[in-house]
Amino acid sequence: MSWFNKIVPPGIRFGDRKKRDTPENLWVKIPETGEMVFHRDLVTNDFVVPGSGFHMRMTAAHRLRHFFDGGVWDNVALPDVPPDPLRFRDERRYTDRVRDARAKTGLEDSVAVGTGTVEELPMVAAVQDFDFMGGTLGMAAGEAVIKGLQTACHLRRPFVMFTASGGARMQEGILSLMQMPRTTIAVQQLREAGLPYIVVLTHPTFGGVTASYAMLGDIHIAEPGALIGFTGPRVIENTIREKLPEGFQRAEYLRDHGMVDLVVHRHQLRPTIARICRILMKVEAPAAAAPVPALADLSQETAPPESLPIAAE
Amino acid sequence: MRSYLEFEKPWADLQGKVQELKAISETGDAAAIGDEIGRLEAKAAHLLSEIYSKLTPWQRTQVARHQDRPHFLDYTKALIDEFTPLAGDRKFAEDAAIMAGLGRFRGRPVAVVGHEKGSDTESRIRHNFGSARPEGYRKATRLMEMADRFDLPVIALVDTAGAYPGIDAEERGQAEAIARSTETSLGLGVPNVAVIIGEGGSGGAIAIAAANRVYMLQHAIYSVSSPEAASSILWHDASHAQEAATNMKITSDDLLRLKVVDAIIEEPVGGAHREPEAVIRATGDTIDAALRELDGASREDIRRMRREKFLAIGRTL
Repeated sequence: MSWFNKIVPPGIRFGDRKKRDTPENLWVKIPETGEMVFHRDLVTNDFVVPGSGFHMRMTAAHRLRHFFDGGVWDNVALPDVPPDPLRFRDERRYTDRVRDARAKTGLEDSVAVGTGTVEELPMVAAVQDFDFMGGTLGMAAGEAVIKGLQTACHLRRPFVMFTASGGARMQEGILSLMQMPRTTIAVQQLREAGLPYIVVLTHPTFGGVTASYAMLGDIHIAEPGALIGFTGPRVIENTIREKLPEGFQRAEYLRDHGMVDLVVHRHQLRPTIARICRILMKVEAPAAAAPVPALADLSQETAPPESLPIAAE
Repeated sequence: MRSYLEFEKPWADLQGKVQELKAISETGDAAAIGDEIGRLEAKAAHLLSEIYSKLTPWQRTQVARHQDRPHFLDYTKALIDEFTPLAGDRKFAEDAAIMAGLGRFRGRPVAVVGHEKGSDTESRIRHNFGSARPEGYRKATRLMEMADRFDLPVIALVDTAGAYPGIDAEERGQAEAIARSTETSLGLGVPNVAVIIGEGGSGGAIAIAAANRVYMLQHAIYSVSSPEAASSILWHDASHAQEAATNMKITSDDLLRLKVVDAIIEEPVGGAHREPEAVIRATGDTIDAALRELDGASREDIRRMRREKFLAIGRTL
């Protein structure tokens, strides 16, 4: 049984604010904006800073809880992979880095996969957790993404991929690079099964992840302000020795350059994805579906819809 | 004038002596010096084979990047009759970092794609040192799709340090172009064969290397990133490139052992650049044998076998 199931047994709802572990008086400083925010306010607002609308990174657990109806999902068991195939060592042993990342995140590796419903429509979602070695794509993450896509094929559900990654995991060398064609094969299988593939690009998504399954969706959605690209901005700056343009590689920049369909505020993700998937799956909208905001409003702050679970931990 | 790599210096010194003696022999006692020349030449040959029998991964990286190493156009010139390079992605521009064209390989009509690094300053600039922008990958995608429609096998020759890291490349969707090219390779109903002839660097390489058969020249390297980039990511400065090259397992022996490549194409002692014709012929023989093996397979089988091959990577280490 994975750690998710231990602490989040299926069926438990996350609407009870009394259960949180964080003291109510804890203030958090947002490094990117310099704002001081009440931690509880961050959690209840799905890690969107209330003042500036800045979208903070989310852990895999918070993301799945936020995404699925009632904050309830089932974990998909993920395949085991050979540990440390190259016996890699940089400043530290790779095995030590993995052990620390596991302790820090409670995850086996950087990708978690869950099944559940979104506005009553069954879906499969995979989430990359940036806190696990920068969300890097190694063998375990590659197998998890493949497993997620194949689970969606098997259950005949849409697949939603939340990306967040620095790119390939250097410590697994060529076997990391091989996850690009391997995950691409699974994307092709989903496509052949006629099922929707929705990519949600979150901050940050780079390298081999962007250059494989993250850019092969039927629909590409990005969270506001997310940095997305192939080569990281620092490397580009060092290579060409030029100042990068304002807003370079931001979600809005990608949308304006034709790589992203929609920039969607986190509070609008669930209804937007549900609506798109219902249309692609030719499913009628439920009577209680959230009202459709004007397209221009999708990237703006709105009141969380009624069906949104209030996460509290 | 041939250029020598640093670790070849003992051999280069011996060669220098041979040249000196040859110059003397034209004026002095030719017979006595002739023996000495023969002895030194044999010693030099022995030394070179000794050096090359135990190259470190970093030394191999230098051989893989050797400026005289045969490049894409050397291969097409020798192996592809009626080679007709085609230009442009039909969307934005032509990118000569990736060459793509039609021709006949040992009588068989084929499509050929690959990175070209250039062979002198002028051509290196024209080919952007083999680092492609999105247009290069979109041209490769276009050509592969055309090959699929006309039932032509695709030969891919990989030789790039990586995709070009620039503002313009990002602006036009470098990642999407690479992803789409990889996807197109994987979806082909015609056989494709990829050979890493020099550097197989990162996503820029895999974009055209997701093939039914993947081969690698003995001293080529194939890696998730250049050793320099890995060094700056993992050690936060570029001075650990040698260590990165060693730890990342980028040599042909490593990749054969990891079952990422199907076979190694041997190079002559001293590297491909010393006997380009032999290496190119051996590469042609390997490609020919691969295409013969795949002859007669249905489109579905070709696609299925390619998928199974890639999905198996890493599962049976």
